[in-house]
Amino acid sequence: MALDQSFVGRTYPPTPAYEVGREKIREFAEAVGDANPAYVDPEAAKALGHPDVIAPPTFVFSITFRAASQVVQDPQLGLDYSRVVHGDQKFAYVRPVRAGDRLTVTSTIEGIKSMAGNDIVDVRGEVHDESGEHVVTAWTKLVARAAEEA
Amino acid sequence: MTASMAYESVEVGTELPAQSFPVTRATLVRYAGASGDFNPIHWNEKFAREVGLPDVIAHGMFTMAEAIRVVTDWAGDPGAVVEYGVRFTRPVIVPNDETGATVEVSGKIGAKLDDNLVRVDLVATSAGAKVLGMSRAVVRLA
Repeated sequence: MALDQSFVGRTYPPTPAYEVGREKIREFAEAVGDANPAYVDPEAAKALGHPDVIAPPTFVFSITFRAASQVVQDPQLGLDYSRVVHGDQKFAYVRPVRAGDRLTVTSTIEGIKSMAGNDIVDVRGEVHDESGEHVVTAWTKLVARAAEEA
Repeated sequence: MTASMAYESVEVGTELPAQSFPVTRATLVRYAGASGDFNPIHWNEKFAREVGLPDVIAHGMFTMAEAIRVVTDWAGDPGAVVEYGVRFTRPVIVPNDETGATVEVSGKIGAKLDDNLVRVDLVATSAGAKVLGMSRAVVRLA
């Protein structure tokens, strides 16, 4: 059954703040095998003009995805979350995420489509720091695959 | 935000140094912990097969994180990336052996934009199949 189009444009309340830690950035950079010193060495980051170590470009997804999950698990929307796969992902950065940031995410449903039995939901997450500065926008396309015919 | 690569030094078609990124089951367990994505399709073969996958697959976001390294290593400052988007077209299948899988990433300048910005078009493959589609980054050069 097609999802309720009236959810398009719905914005959810901002998430509680996520505090970005230096060691979490280090852990993430090591997990993706990225030895760039800007992720682990504050002096190297400062030499590039950053006030502290910065996070790799995709780091913020851990935060925005949690916010997006809240949206797609909204029982009123009725998406079959167990069948959801990640379709597209895009980020637009105002500045890099950095250690010490306290980030909140405001998620909005940008689009709902049904194609060949698949439900496709586009979620935009606006990420702000505690001073209200816009840091990054994340667009996540989630596809709930059609259930197989019984 | 100071990329070490100069805008004047590139033109449309300029290729970035290609890189190969290994990914084993251990890599995926580590990435799961670091990212907080513990979906069992990324570490539990039995579960992956039950949901119709040929084997354990890498997190799409892991592949996305590797692909942008071709840009960040080249540009010098990872903070110079202004936009980055991908489509997850095929999974990276990671067998349970010491070799695992390899993600091959190449990139070239797709367009020179205003304000010292360039668009880099990335191609990511694994086992000969394209795993990311429409993979593009916009980066600010010096």
